[in-house]
Amino acid sequence: MTRISTTALALMAGAAAWLGLAATAAAQEKKIVIGVTCDRTGPTQIVGTVLCPAQHDYFDYVNANHLLDGYTIDHPEIETGYKVPPAVEAYQRQKQQGAIIMPIYGTPQTHALNERLEQDKIVATTPGFGIAASADGQKYPYLFPIAASYFSQGAAAVKFAKDQAGGSLKGKKIAYIYYDNPAGTEPIPVLKDLQNLEGFELRTFAVPPPGVELTAQVLDITQRYKADFVISHLFGRSPSVSIKEFKANGYPLSKVIAMVWASGEADIKAAGGWEVAQGYNTMQFAGAGDNYPIRQKIKAMYEKAGKAVPAIMDNTVYYNRGLFNAAIEVEALSNALKSANGNALTGTDVKKGMEQIHDFTMDGLVPPLQITPTDHEGGGWVRIFRVEGNGFVPVTDWFNAYRDIVWQQVKAAEQTQ
Amino acid sequence: MFHRESGVFKTSYAADMALYPLPIAKWAVAAFAGLFIAIAPLTLGEYDLSLLNLCLVAIVGALGLNILLGYTGQISIGQGAFMSVGAYTAANLIVHLGLPFWITIPAGGLMAALIGTLVGIPSLRIKGIYLAIATLAAQLIIEWTINHVHWISGGIQASIEIPRPSLFGHVLASEADIYLFLMFFAVLAIVATLNLVRSRIGRAFIAIRDQDVAAEIIGINIFRYKLYAFAISSFYAGVAGVLESYYLGIANYEQFQLDVSIDYLAMVIIGGLGSVLGSIFGAVFVTLLPIVTRWALEAAGGMFLTEANLADLVPHLRLVIFGALIIFFLIVEPDGLARLWRNIRSYFRVWPFSY
Repeated sequence: MTRISTTALALMAGAAAWLGLAATAAAQEKKIVIGVTCDRTGPTQIVGTVLCPAQHDYFDYVNANHLLDGYTIDHPEIETGYKVPPAVEAYQRQKQQGAIIMPIYGTPQTHALNERLEQDKIVATTPGFGIAASADGQKYPYLFPIAASYFSQGAAAVKFAKDQAGGSLKGKKIAYIYYDNPAGTEPIPVLKDLQNLEGFELRTFAVPPPGVELTAQVLDITQRYKADFVISHLFGRSPSVSIKEFKANGYPLSKVIAMVWASGEADIKAAGGWEVAQGYNTMQFAGAGDNYPIRQKIKAMYEKAGKAVPAIMDNTVYYNRGLFNAAIEVEALSNALKSANGNALTGTDVKKGMEQIHDFTMDGLVPPLQITPTDHEGGGWVRIFRVEGNGFVPVTDWFNAYRDIVWQQVKAAEQTQ
Repeated sequence: MFHRESGVFKTSYAADMALYPLPIAKWAVAAFAGLFIAIAPLTLGEYDLSLLNLCLVAIVGALGLNILLGYTGQISIGQGAFMSVGAYTAANLIVHLGLPFWITIPAGGLMAALIGTLVGIPSLRIKGIYLAIATLAAQLIIEWTINHVHWISGGIQASIEIPRPSLFGHVLASEADIYLFLMFFAVLAIVATLNLVRSRIGRAFIAIRDQDVAAEIIGINIFRYKLYAFAISSFYAGVAGVLESYYLGIANYEQFQLDVSIDYLAMVIIGGLGSVLGSIFGAVFVTLLPIVTRWALEAAGGMFLTEANLADLVPHLRLVIFGALIIFFLIVEPDGLARLWRNIRSYFRVWPFSY
């Protein structure tokens, strides 16, 4: 017994010394901490395993090229498995490490951290995850959804349908097929308002979780309701199933517009590949495809280090969304550093830096955001990419639509809080 | 807890059932109370307190499930849903009526108890794995109802934001305030459970668990006591749900999904069925193990790997280690951590002599 405990003590002492050493080695000067959280093992791992490495790649790229005024970015990541308590733990840990900006992963996590962010004055970006109402910077001062909310996406989908129909939707039938959870139902009020404004007929079709059985809904849409246009707001496995079902019913995919989480390469591949999904319209809040200089620079960074370019870069939609999120954060930091005059950055500085982002487009990867103290969504921009050949081809420029109706809903949503 | 007597000297039932078998037990408990209530909030940092806060909420929930599963032998996979019932009840009372926590916490618990009793009705006819399926159905039905009935879920994306609790005009905003707030209810839950299981009701629960036919023959009304078990267990779950919502500042249905119910099941099984101390061990173990594993992996991996590679590796490795440790502890001691603790104590009772 005595011998065992001596060994154990020695081991513990060794470990403690080692941890201490590691801590001192990590301490560096002129460092900015960005606290990354991610889901790599939970229900949204298909997205997380691509989006989060993209963020790290971008931060590494900024560090390698000294693009941040002599500062290096420290970007520790904590994985939450899309659960809320681990996200709170991660937040406290990263706050302790001195993070002043955090890309938050997940909608419930955003809800749970909102109050703490405001209390501790830490900026968070939540593209594609956050609370739609957090577009209002007056009500949610430290949350930056930066990407188009579901309200904006719904409005943009109707605008796209209108343009496809030749400028008028009067008397047309639009089907809205959605995953039956709160995120799925969120755009419905906007669609209903637009129905009155544009005079189209709207019918909603719910897909109950887990959303792999859509035969009845698609039959209803294509055979009974005979929709002129379909807005598809699905998550996870269901987008690929929906593509297959529409195809099997002979419905032209060019009349389907998918919202942002039904628009990845993974969905196309799971549906049977590019040739099956020809004509499928996808909505993006960051540019899809490989033709952006930053992607080539990151590839060059890997090649220079003698490493293989990671395969996840082929998943351009989610990868580019990670780049988009990271780039906006770095841009905000860079703006904040300019006005800080060498003082240590605070969350308030970063917030101001974020609110100065105008027309920072990164050669088309990022929409022409206009983030202001009142509009943290930056305008709700999207771009439609259509599946043609073996990739996504843009069919519109960046656009946003029906901003007054979207903002009415934002204000109405605030009332219910 | 740490006391040890040299033999069995009890001569009455009252002495056998006393919460403090020896005077030293009283002192040990007092010391622990002092350590966690007075010293911890003053000395620990925000991060450490936030970890303890997560544990405290889990302890209340795990105690509730242990009353049902460990003491009465009725399995439930609906713990997460009962928590959500409590959370949404309290959230609506807070947001619409502005009620303080000392009303909303019992109210959330009572509503959960009501729903839990309804869900418990099938337990009269079905047992074991069939009952598990019935409670699984409850989990899904409650989740669906919350999502689709807007006067319950309100808010944006079925979530209701809740202001911090306040006591005599003082808003409990800091991590230490919330720690004491949660600690109060956790201690209340622990003491209540300790007393419940040595009462008439608790003995009836244990009789039903050990042999329900025999329990009925000696005059225990099985129907009533099974429903009691469901009601009490759901009450705890509801309170845990309200506490979690107060801590997070939000009631959101995604906090209470099926995986949460499974987590609580794991806590109770790993900690030890039918043991209050086991519920505490299990709650702390399941809450902290993933976090501690990550610290260890990060410290070890940081020497060899880049940050990005580490981020890719750690979550997956962590799940493997988490699973392996659970299997390890269950093989070492199938009756859970509480039993392991008892074994250690009885080893030291006669130490250094082995007989």
